[in-house]
Amino acid sequence: MKRIHKTLSVTLAGLAWAAPLFISAAAEPASASQFAQKPCGTVTVAAAADLMYAMNEITANFEKATGCAVRVSTGSSGNFLSQIENGAPFDVFFSADIEYPRKLEVEGLAVPGSTYLYAVGKIVLWVRKDSRLDVTKGLAALRDPAIQKVAIANPQHAPYGRAAEEALRNAGLYDAVKDRLVLGENISQAAQFVESGNADAGILALSLVVSPGLKEKGRYARVPENLYKPIQQGVVLIRASPNPEGARAFLDYIKSPATAALLERYGFVLPAEVKP
Amino acid sequence: MNWQAITLSLKLAGSVAGILLVAGLPIAYWVTFSRWRWKFLIEAVVALPLVLPPTVLGYYILVGLGPRTFPGKLWQSWFGQTLPFTFGGLLIASVLYSLPFAVQPFSAGFETVDRTLIEASWTLGASRLGTFFRVILPLSAAGAITGTVLSFAHTIGEFGVVLMVGGNIPGATRTVSIDIYDQVQAANYEAANRTALVLLLFSFLVLSVIYGTNRRAMSLWRKP
Repeated sequence: MKRIHKTLSVTLAGLAWAAPLFISAAAEPASASQFAQKPCGTVTVAAAADLMYAMNEITANFEKATGCAVRVSTGSSGNFLSQIENGAPFDVFFSADIEYPRKLEVEGLAVPGSTYLYAVGKIVLWVRKDSRLDVTKGLAALRDPAIQKVAIANPQHAPYGRAAEEALRNAGLYDAVKDRLVLGENISQAAQFVESGNADAGILALSLVVSPGLKEKGRYARVPENLYKPIQQGVVLIRASPNPEGARAFLDYIKSPATAALLERYGFVLPAEVKP
Repeated sequence: MNWQAITLSLKLAGSVAGILLVAGLPIAYWVTFSRWRWKFLIEAVVALPLVLPPTVLGYYILVGLGPRTFPGKLWQSWFGQTLPFTFGGLLIASVLYSLPFAVQPFSAGFETVDRTLIEASWTLGASRLGTFFRVILPLSAAGAITGTVLSFAHTIGEFGVVLMVGGNIPGATRTVSIDIYDQVQAANYEAANRTALVLLLFSFLVLSVIYGTNRRAMSLWRKP
């Protein structure tokens, strides 16, 4: 019995120690950031999963142009948001939803005024090459009972998942498809579900299905843009950045015409072309 | 609080513990009493999930047993569906993944049984099955309980495999650990906090019960 009491008190002490973890880390004061002239060390980038392929090329170009090194983590925007809110040491955050960078600015965790709309994402209906589904019929093709599983990203926290759900609802298909949905943790996991054949179709990011990884493996049809709100993608500088100069240099590079052209090639629509 | 996810996790863990009790006991019996010289190979296979990252098992289930491979096609023709995104798929993955957590304590329990008692039972005419249920199992009950509770608890705590092959379907594959992950990602810290606290208390309770009531049982687990 004594032992149990001891175990209990140790555990309670552990809980007390862990409690501050539940409170988001306070922001550190911003350091004076200037444009980098010298080699700028390593820039650590958190990028939404839809950028997975485009980012490889962007960072390679940036490294060649500046001599800086870039480390990229890709994942779901929601996951990065909560990691940054809890002190993750990223320099730059590319979110598939511009609301997340804005939220970080409001919370004092991102450099004020640094949020930049770099692209607008599009969703498509995608099937593997060997599928018999006629994607040109659009989302309505999903009514086909042969389609057992439809992969989308998790609408709870992934912007592309939210857009997919919204499009299904607006097309009046949500109830018909609801029970066949499987949710990827982020948009590239959803793509993987379809690519591996475990799901029969997916509502995916255009930027993924035109990428080298998936281009040859399937067919797609764009989801009509009146069915969902534009997926506005925002990038922001993180206030607690370990390398603010490098971060700013990278952000400037993102704004360059060369990067814009590259993003366009990867299926992103550029902000300039978006009607207000 | 997502009761559906909690119920699902309990159902999954209960099924895994039940299956492993039935399937794990004969495996453990064989591992303990067999004199086959290549026995160590089977022991290594049973212990694999202790070492392998969940992503390896997840990968094999998703791609190796996917609808594009021969075993996957075979499975699909039998059951009309592939393993991923189903409760059955999670069940199989969890049984494999918790196998050593059941078999090793079972086996450690059997080893503590005095061989002379077993032989006495046999010479007095009891069958092997009779000896197992009336001599071996009662004398190694601590190991059986520990193995069952550990496989139950380990399944509750499973995350990686479920994230990879589950597809996050409410009521079928959205377990409580996935639910917490989703809540954190969606920045619903309050919901995550509540569920996490329930799990923390639950796990603490389970382990306290084992440690408190059955110190000998846990020492069986620690034994290599």
